[in-house]
Amino acid sequence: MAAIATRDFRARAAAAAGDTALHRKLDAASLRFLDKRARVFAALPDADARRDRARAVKAHAIATLDTLLPELERRFTANGGIVHWARDGAAACAIVLDIAARAGVRLVVKGKSMVSEEIGLNACLEAAGIEAVETDLGEYIVQLAGEPPSHIITPAIHLSQDDVAALFTARLGEPLHSTAEALTAAARRLLRAKFRAAGMGVTGVNFASAESGTLVVVENEGNGRMALTLPRVHVALMGIEKLVARDEDFAPMLELLPRSATGQTLTSYVSLVTGPRRNDEIDGPEAVHLVLLDNGRTRLLADPIMREALYCLRCGACLNACPVYRRIGGHAYGYAYSGPIGAVIAPALLGIERVPDLPFASTLCGACRDVCPVRIDIPRLLLAWRARIAAAVPRAWGERLLVRGWRWIAWSPRLYRALTPIVRAGSALVARIPALARLAPPLAAWRRGRELPRAAPRSFHERWRDRRHGTDPDAP
Amino acid sequence: MEVQLLVTCLADQLAPEVGEATVDLLERLGHRVRFPEAQTCCGQPAFNDGFSAEAAALAARTVEIFSAPAPVVVPSGSCATMIRHFYPGLLERGPHGPAARALAARTFELSEFLVRVLGRTDVGAGWSGRVTYHDSCHLLRELGVRDEPRRLLAGVAGVELVEMAYPEHCCGFGGAFAVKFPEVSSAILDPKVESIIATGADAVVANDTGCLLQLAGGLRRRGSTIRTLHLAEILASQASR
Repeated sequence: MAAIATRDFRARAAAAAGDTALHRKLDAASLRFLDKRARVFAALPDADARRDRARAVKAHAIATLDTLLPELERRFTANGGIVHWARDGAAACAIVLDIAARAGVRLVVKGKSMVSEEIGLNACLEAAGIEAVETDLGEYIVQLAGEPPSHIITPAIHLSQDDVAALFTARLGEPLHSTAEALTAAARRLLRAKFRAAGMGVTGVNFASAESGTLVVVENEGNGRMALTLPRVHVALMGIEKLVARDEDFAPMLELLPRSATGQTLTSYVSLVTGPRRNDEIDGPEAVHLVLLDNGRTRLLADPIMREALYCLRCGACLNACPVYRRIGGHAYGYAYSGPIGAVIAPALLGIERVPDLPFASTLCGACRDVCPVRIDIPRLLLAWRARIAAAVPRAWGERLLVRGWRWIAWSPRLYRALTPIVRAGSALVARIPALARLAPPLAAWRRGRELPRAAPRSFHERWRDRRHGTDPDAP
Repeated sequence: MEVQLLVTCLADQLAPEVGEATVDLLERLGHRVRFPEAQTCCGQPAFNDGFSAEAAALAARTVEIFSAPAPVVVPSGSCATMIRHFYPGLLERGPHGPAARALAARTFELSEFLVRVLGRTDVGAGWSGRVTYHDSCHLLRELGVRDEPRRLLAGVAGVELVEMAYPEHCCGFGGAFAVKFPEVSSAILDPKVESIIATGADAVVANDTGCLLQLAGGLRRRGSTIRTLHLAEILASQASR
């Protein structure tokens, strides 16, 4: 399994929140993508109707997954491919290892795949003595750095060009302070050799059609296409939610995915995989395997409220739009899927006991829902998780006391109004002796980055009475 | 017409001038303001923290307190959202369900009430200076109110409105989020404060006391003298008329 550190979120988030160099790097990429996304959506006629249509395509596919998945298996098999079903990450890794062993594979080249990150495939391959090389430039960089990706589509978003240059010097012996072009050329040179020597290519899948058994792989660098055509064996890893019913459903998806992800109207490479090399073809793999992964997705499917999280295209737009993500980055989340969508699917895939904090780490600003190509109502889903977590995982006693105490105070107008002079006195005292804020954790927390507000000399309730009794000099 | 004011607990305790300005403004426009004095808190803090039962109890109380048929005006996009979007679901299975739906239908945030219900964009206000407007998240994305506050500001004599970079980006308040994740909340606030300062405005205007507390806290921590004002305070003012 991949290293999952969702429980460490609070400490990791607090540390990242103080890392201003990280903020600059996250802003540079996220805001650029967000701005480009806004421009291409503004130029797309009927953009909202297209989002509705894409959502309807996914909703239909998810609602009929039970019939579409066997259909996909039939079609993919008829096309000459081999389908494998994996209940969890360990099963998926075992399947890939078995395929590699049977084909005598020692070297695997990988196209970008978040499912592969989710199941920790690289570690499994390496433990079996098989070299796995990421070929997407960003993924290659984080693999060299020994880190997981920190963004769904921009894996090295947390690294600057200088960071990458230093990494290439340390790990590859490239000259110091190389230009972006030189760094890319170095990666390209090294990766070409890996492509030539690899026995197996592993890629993800962006969409699959049950109608024809066609897999769609979307990418920008051509590395994905090389990984699925050059080696003898191609293994495609796919979460079961990536299915659509018909080939024509690809169109609305391909329209929205690149626009949402990078602000491109079309990615550079869209590969349609329809099976292994045929007799009359001169290239392509001898064998194509499709690994269909559940790993908790059927739990989401069985959950009428959370089910829409399965519509996700993994475009990463919600990460770019999220004020929290832009200040802490993906590593703080401790899971392959970060940002708003990560906070929604992690509790389902991992169980809420392992993810007690992520759904609370949101201001519920709704920017994620605004940019989601399939309009997943992420704020509502986060609220639903909060209610479930509050019911199942005991909160700290101080928090329970505050919420329950406030419920009883606010229940009674008399108690509520009696609180006013206490708030006022406390506020005045803390204003005079700021160190006292340390005794009240919420006040101390507020003061870390902000000055405390002062309670008003007279509350509105009191002023209203003044007004009505004619004691307010400003009253008409 | 008669309107009911839901002042919000934050404004009541920390920014009562917001409530006074709302009353002054509505009365100046010829409306009669009722302030049900039993009102306290709408229950949003409990709701956002996952405490559904506690939130439902306060929601039911609020539904009872605002049972009169007059429209309810709220100088907060966030509390208006709580009533409009979340009360009906929270109370649907209990005896308050129908009343909650009815209350949701007659509850309005102040700027949307002025522009959409009353059809006013010039409220006869005067305020001299340069202001920048921060979009509060719930007001913008839950209630869909973007232009109304700007049109109201444009109708104020003496006001120059300057847009900040990314006015629609969250300020990082988020209710309990601000103290549960104080480092993250403050880090979100930083670029917001920078973009406010960069406008050279005399005041930053928003329609939510929560956002205004967060913005004021950040501006004051940096020693900035830029004022934080609720839209109601500008609209109630007649300084330069």
